[in-house]
Amino acid sequence: MKHFGTLTASRMTLAMRNKAFLFFSLIMPLAFFFLFAGIFGKGRPEAVTYLMGPIISLTVMGSFWGLSAGLVMYREQGILRRYRLAPLTPADMLASSIAANFILVTPTVILEIVLARVLFHVTSFGDFLSIAVLVTVAIVSFGSLGLVVASVTNTMQETQVICQIIWFALLFFSGATFPVAVLPRIVQRFAVFLPATYLIAGLQKAMVNSTPFWRLGVELTSMIAWAVLAFFVASQLFRWESEEKLPRNAKLWAVATILPFVVLGVWESKYGTVLTESKAIYQSLSSPSGSQSTSPR
Amino acid sequence: MANPVLQVENLSKRYGQVEALRGVSFEVAEGEVFGLLGPNGAGKTSTVEILEGLRSRDGGTVMVCGLDPQREPEALKSEIGAALQATALPDKMRVIEALRLFASFYKRRRDAGELLKRFGLEDKRNSFYNQLSGGQKQRLALAMALVNDPRVLFFDEPTAGLDPQVRREIYDIIEELRGEKKTILFTTHYIEEAEKLCDRVAIVDHGRIIALGTPRELKQHSANTTRLEVRLAKPETEDVLRRLDGVSDCRSLDGAFILHCQRPPQAIVALVKHLEAENNELVSLEISSPSLEDVFIELTGRRLRD
Repeated sequence: MKHFGTLTASRMTLAMRNKAFLFFSLIMPLAFFFLFAGIFGKGRPEAVTYLMGPIISLTVMGSFWGLSAGLVMYREQGILRRYRLAPLTPADMLASSIAANFILVTPTVILEIVLARVLFHVTSFGDFLSIAVLVTVAIVSFGSLGLVVASVTNTMQETQVICQIIWFALLFFSGATFPVAVLPRIVQRFAVFLPATYLIAGLQKAMVNSTPFWRLGVELTSMIAWAVLAFFVASQLFRWESEEKLPRNAKLWAVATILPFVVLGVWESKYGTVLTESKAIYQSLSSPSGSQSTSPR
Repeated sequence: MANPVLQVENLSKRYGQVEALRGVSFEVAEGEVFGLLGPNGAGKTSTVEILEGLRSRDGGTVMVCGLDPQREPEALKSEIGAALQATALPDKMRVIEALRLFASFYKRRRDAGELLKRFGLEDKRNSFYNQLSGGQKQRLALAMALVNDPRVLFFDEPTAGLDPQVRREIYDIIEELRGEKKTILFTTHYIEEAEKLCDRVAIVDHGRIIALGTPRELKQHSANTTRLEVRLAKPETEDVLRRLDGVSDCRSLDGAFILHCQRPPQAIVALVKHLEAENNELVSLEISSPSLEDVFIELTGRRLRD
């Protein structure tokens, strides 16, 4: 990992020149921000506070899409082939893309917080340190998810399809668009298996209840375990060229990365408190979201 | 050979059922420009990529600068420079950034500004990669192969797909590198390129080296005969033409006949007489001295560019 620094700087420069990247990491999150805070939350400070959880989560989760598409494009165009000639390791390539993404997405999160303060007069954001820790861990873990997707797909089309499926699952079944509390029971059962559910729940606890990060053990441990596992799998399955064949058990490895959340999901369904806690937070706000009446079923 | 920089012995490589390399052996000395000449799919790229440490081999031994590419790929990477086929850089990377970024990965570096000047890219210094022409991209690829001031350079089809003008520019660059005593291994399917640039050439076909030597040696090997390439109005057989006075051999190729002759004037007279008697006609006639192309045809029965 000797060349981590120079590679990260180069990645950032390239991303800033990329219109698609700016759209997905700045314009789209801001669109979500105004849609949620302005329309769903009707601009009421306490509702906006509550909605900042989903808003920040969406901003951060987008990382996986950008990183996987970026890596697959580099591989398809033969750019990775060129990098391969230099004394670089897969870990150099992967870690630098996560780091660059982290540095570029963080300002968007900060901007969203500032806008909430200035435009919607949100005065309390709860525990800032807690938010910072959650956002950092989430960018790394969702970024790693993207790199795993990139390592098992061969073409841009495949990548886009898989990313869309993951994105919609995260979007609709985790509390990112509709609060988990108002989702049908069957979806709630599914939600406890999704990383995004824990991210959103953690952010809402941190913001609404000012929960310090060391009291977010479940949320943080699961995401950290997931990030480590996903990064490891992505670097093991990393391919410099499209012609390199995937090992036969690669897809199995990729599926293994969801293990932390399968375990957590099973545990949560039996003994868990994440759902009840997020319901409590939801109910503590009298009428937090204008979207509840439009929730499915 | 004293102190060869590249040593390849009995190299073999398979892709599934396909035997890409079947026992390739050669050595390249320090400062030598060595060419692998052959048609597409002959195994040139496989050979080069095994030497670069990008592919594994199935058999044989390989040493590059005293290192085994498969076992010590990291150490090898700082000793070599390469321009691969089908590589690219990010669209929005500037020329100068690419040179600086890749130089930063090595301990031994060459100055990016000097490389720009050398490869005629000074006025493209701040251009994005996707704004460069094909020739400029290729010059940048060659410049990037030099960022670590390597001992050995590998150029895989450095002029493929470039127009003649640009191709000549690349020749000049390789000539210049020869002056710097760099060891260069390059692949090509252009005969003239191999004849012009190489100290020694290995002709590769179907995963084997079928001839190896200096361009002059190879041509002499194919005897001091002159070639007549003729096209006839009506069909004729090789056997009949081979028996003509002054003709030592004949083979048909793409609808033409290639006559090897020691005494061309006799052969032409005999040919014309024979055609008149047969009521056949000469459509075209070309006389040439032997080239590497002929060596290739002699050895494989095919033209190189098929």
